[in-house]
Amino acid sequence: MLTGVNAAMGRREYKQGMIFRALSSLSLAAFLVAGALVPAHAAPDGALLYARNCAACHGADGRGGVGVPLALPDFLATAPDEYLRKTIRLGRPGRVMPAFPHLSDAEVDAIVRHIRSFAPGVRPRRLPEGPVHGDPKRGAKLYARHCAACHGPDGEGGKGTGVTFSRPRDLPIIAPALNNPGFLAAASDAQIKATLMWGRKGTPMPSFLKQGLSERDIDDIVAFVRSFERRPHERRAALKDEPPVLVRESASDYAATVENVKQAVAGQNFRLIRVQPLEQGFFPEGEASRAETIVYFCNFNFLYKALAVDPRVGLFLPCRVTVVERGGKVLVMSINPKRLAALFNNEELDELCERMRGVYEAILEDSTL
Amino acid sequence: MSARLLPKALYALAAGAALLLGLTAARADELVMVRSLQAFPETMLTLQEAIRRHGYVISRVQRVDVGLTRMGYKTDLYRVVFYGKPEEIRRLRRDYPDLIPYLPLKLSVFAENGQTLVVGVRPVALWAFFDHPELFDVFARWDRDLQSILDEVREAR
Ligand code: HEC
Ligand code: HEC
Repeated sequence: MLTGVNAAMGRREYKQGMIFRALSSLSLAAFLVAGALVPAHAAPDGALLYARNCAACHGADGRGGVGVPLALPDFLATAPDEYLRKTIRLGRPGRVMPAFPHLSDAEVDAIVRHIRSFAPGVRPRRLPEGPVHGDPKRGAKLYARHCAACHGPDGEGGKGTGVTFSRPRDLPIIAPALNNPGFLAAASDAQIKATLMWGRKGTPMPSFLKQGLSERDIDDIVAFVRSFERRPHERRAALKDEPPVLVRESASDYAATVENVKQAVAGQNFRLIRVQPLEQGFFPEGEASRAETIVYFCNFNFLYKALAVDPRVGLFLPCRVTVVERGGKVLVMSINPKRLAALFNNEELDELCERMRGVYEAILEDSTL
Repeated sequence: MSARLLPKALYALAAGAALLLGLTAARADELVMVRSLQAFPETMLTLQEAIRRHGYVISRVQRVDVGLTRMGYKTDLYRVVFYGKPEEIRRLRRDYPDLIPYLPLKLSVFAENGQTLVVGVRPVALWAFFDHPELFDVFARWDRDLQSILDEVREAR
């Protein structure tokens, strides 16, 4: 059984836990709102807001990075302002692109204007309103033949996201998820249709008129893409119920437990990188407390794959288990990768984190017996 | 629906959907990521100087790329920077052992086409993990410092 540190130590109680939790989310909200505020009278600065909130992923000039490019004329010509606004508000759950619920309407508008400035000559085309009528069954067959290779058989999108970390990749830009509730809520039928008709020059997304499909074929595919809306989308909420820390009490003494951890790490096919006191690097040699020992380890093959899925996984690196001695007890602790995964909004990463949690649990288990 | 009314209706819809989706979509504010227009070595310098200027000590820089390259993998520059305030680390690890796996603080730094990205978990995101009231203030302070450090990175030319 995994136990909370405080339970294991029998020292502290969370009497007011629930109140603090409520307070914490309240103050978090207040804090974030305060942090995001621009003086109310000044018109929000779109360039600055973009630099702060978007440039890290989409590139300072909108040419893409971890996120897809936004500066493409073919994209801006088929993307109405409402689409941009809603995409910013809703994000793409599970596909890295975060939601920005705390920005004001004026701030969102300023960002949209800034994105438009990437291609000053390009005005969004007027797209017809209302649904596109087509046969989703026929569309499904066409989708499987023409789209699934890039966008996934169920519209789940390509592996990885955006243009990503500068290493060789199959495609310069990863195909977005089409079954994503954020995408489906933001994009109109007419916009999806326009994207299929004209494609996006400068990306792997071709024009399907040029590929020989008829307008009727395209309508059927649009109807099929829209039908993703009616399928249940996996919920990731459970991640937030995970405990932030994994911990077990060891049956052995401190020194023996550190040795056990090293063996358990090797047993899981991970390579030992370093064993050091937690305080090392903060105090001179000899003054660093020895009451906690960190064991760092890595599996480079696993790491390499994880970096391709999401270059931000450095925040989990290197893998680490800490042995802690407190009040005559020896505890072995680690972060819970599954709880941290909730911060990343990347379903592919969730799977890797699930596996990492398994590895951590096995190491904790093996080293405390 | 008239074209004029449409945006308003869309907003209401979007706001409603945001509430629903909020359960599943990570909000933009739990991780921080900044793009530095400087190349990797300059960004590392700017970042480390900014961290020190804010009163923190850098306990170690882990060269992830070096380990990968040594194992035969092709990768761009990638480092993890560990930092903290010595006395604060000492006090927190003593008083809040459940925080230990999250100590010291860290940031990932990686190259992307001549520019550099710096990523971190926002310290205030830890509020959802740990219930101790004193830690709220600590995390808030770390968060302010981190924002200010990353502002320097973002603005460095
Ligand atoms: C953490 C990285 C990240 C951040 C920050 C981010 N995005 Fe994205 N964005 C993405 C990714 C990845 C996608 C593609 C999603 C997919 O593959 O399904 C995307 C998609 C989009 C799209 C849809 C593009 C299209 O071709 O339809 C728009 C518009 C967009 N982002 C705008 C923004 C704006 C504006 C901001 C800042 C307010 C922002 N993004 C911040 C990663 C990010
Ligand atoms: C060769 C790979 C490839 C094929 C085949 C392909 N796409 Fe794409 N598609 C992409 C890429 C890459 C993008 C992102 C382009 C960008 O960044 O602007 C994209 C973008 C899109 C978009 C816009 C999504 C968004 O978030 O803005 C839609 C809609 C779309 N594709 C639908 C389809 C459909 C339907 C088909 C089949 C008829 C198809 N695509 C075939 C690669 C492909």
